[in-house]
Amino acid sequence: MSREIESHRFLDFAYQLYKTMKTNEINLVYEGEVTQDITKTFTSLTERNMAKSEESNQVQRKVFNVMVECLQNISKHADTLSEDDEDERRGIVMVSRGEESYKIITGNVIRNAKIPGLKESLEHINSLDKAGLSSLYKQQIVESKISEKGGAGLGLIDIAKKTGSKLSYQFKELNEEVSFFILTSTINRNR
Amino acid sequence: MDVINIQGTDDTPNVILDKASGQFEISGRSLPEDVNMFYEPILDWIDQYSEDPNDHTEFNFKLEYFNTASSKVILDILLKFEEIVENGKEVVIKWHYHEDEEDMLEAGEEYSDIVEIPFDYVLYTD
Repeated sequence: MSREIESHRFLDFAYQLYKTMKTNEINLVYEGEVTQDITKTFTSLTERNMAKSEESNQVQRKVFNVMVECLQNISKHADTLSEDDEDERRGIVMVSRGEESYKIITGNVIRNAKIPGLKESLEHINSLDKAGLSSLYKQQIVESKISEKGGAGLGLIDIAKKTGSKLSYQFKELNEEVSFFILTSTINRNR
Repeated sequence: MDVINIQGTDDTPNVILDKASGQFEISGRSLPEDVNMFYEPILDWIDQYSEDPNDHTEFNFKLEYFNTASSKVILDILLKFEEIVENGKEVVIKWHYHEDEEDMLEAGEEYSDIVEIPFDYVLYTD
């Protein structure tokens, strides 16, 4: 392939990506390693964007809270495609702002063996109302120990509690070993 | 007893623990990467304090945000103060929450459901 065609294709791709982002009202996309520094950068970026948009403080705080939990979930739990780079926690993060709500979409690789357990937790959380989530949270916070990775197993419950929306999720199988886990958290703008 | 006075950052809270002046406060944001590392000296200090606590302790939590890993450690702190209450001393938790942050009020109420310590809820504005 000539260099010219290649560069043309890239420009075309960049433009398509831009258009897709605009159509879907996505104002932030990231793919790569998710570290504490990335988490801090994102949350402050999102805060600054929202401050400019005169979003209500309550909504801003919720978006901030949910982003932190989503990003820290990736930095603690994401698996990798190959075992060579086991310690690298990568993922994709998108934030979209629609008329009605903010959506925080995260995606990361997960070992297939972990899926049934995660699915069960997600389904259980989605079956509960506000009071149910509160009592599950209290039970879990008392019983849990901070894991080696620094998690308390409370992240998903917390997201469901704070958003008041069901957790929407999907698993796309990549091969016999791993799948791609996509989690969408929705924060209503008009409460 | 030593005084703990930690200045907060983007992801760690301000912490003041001073037995002599009766100041006990955690404020700001708590979302450290490694909660155990950050809170270990604080938990150790409280263990030491509980061996000879003041007759009356007023502990202020004025957090803007804390992540779920921190929420577990906050419970550990509260449980240590619950023991002080069980040993006959007075402890009050002053739980501050911003007017735009009803989730923070709820978080305080959930803790008070779990531990046997009186909670005072204090609303603040900007």
